[in-house]
Amino acid sequence: MTVAVIQFGGSNCDRDAVRALDAVGVDAERVWHENGLPDDPSGIVLPGGFSYGDYLRAGAMAGRAPIVEAVRDAARKGVPVLGICNGAQVGCEAGLTPGAFTTNASARFQCEHVHLRVENAETPWTRAFEAREVISLPIAHGEGRFEIGEEELATLDDEDRILFRYCDEDGNVTPAANPNGSTGAVAGLCGEDEHVAVLMPHPERATLPELGGTDGQGVLRAFAE
Amino acid sequence: MTAYTAVVTVRLKRGVLDPEAETTRQALSRLGFELEELRAADRFEIDLDAESEAAAAERAESMAERLLANPTIHDYAVEIENR
Repeated sequence: MTVAVIQFGGSNCDRDAVRALDAVGVDAERVWHENGLPDDPSGIVLPGGFSYGDYLRAGAMAGRAPIVEAVRDAARKGVPVLGICNGAQVGCEAGLTPGAFTTNASARFQCEHVHLRVENAETPWTRAFEAREVISLPIAHGEGRFEIGEEELATLDDEDRILFRYCDEDGNVTPAANPNGSTGAVAGLCGEDEHVAVLMPHPERATLPELGGTDGQGVLRAFAE
Repeated sequence: MTAYTAVVTVRLKRGVLDPEAETTRQALSRLGFELEELRAADRFEIDLDAESEAAAAERAESMAERLLANPTIHDYAVEIENR
């Protein structure tokens, strides 16, 4: 049982994802998107990077690549799928999750550590945490501002599909603690099924103590279940 | 078949923040220009052959729906010109 980390031209967090999964005891391999999805993957990661050079919109091209149909089918069968950063943009562009990620309100690429409040601790991605727990993960993106209509956001809230919100170190969700102007301060969310999720922050960059934090392990442990 | 150019204009929905446009507006102001607001849009000029203007428009709209625009944040408009 192996997690498939899908590599597009321009992906650059695919190796990190494999290493990070290895660090939490999950077997993973990189899969070049043109080679198609292996049979029966135990999970799928859409990694960070700049697939297709972010042409048109971040994630727009990869979100419509042929392998995405196979990802959709696998997701329907219950295979856990996680889109990270550019993978989150790909996930939204592919319609695996609602909304869109677009240019940061600051109009700048932002590379920093952020605090996240766990909004729903009952999903595979957040089970390692307590509800309302504050964790720290790095972000590195220019197009991470989550946009969604008001009604759709309310639906996400009602259905407990928001995984993480940007917050300050005490867990307060404030405009100052929202690094990119995301609607509802949403940093990560689930699709219609909770085993399909996207997040802008990078759990795979926070799995080794030497690299300044291990909160990402809890997210990636979803693949160990 | 007739040769057409379909012009697809994709712009952010009103009310969706456009930091790039705002940055551009500020840069124009810094250069001494007087302006109130600035809105940016992407324009795609697509040369295609179709049975009719309506068929060309339909194909271009489909392109906008499936790839060129993201319905969460964008509106789009299609114009057909003879080529």
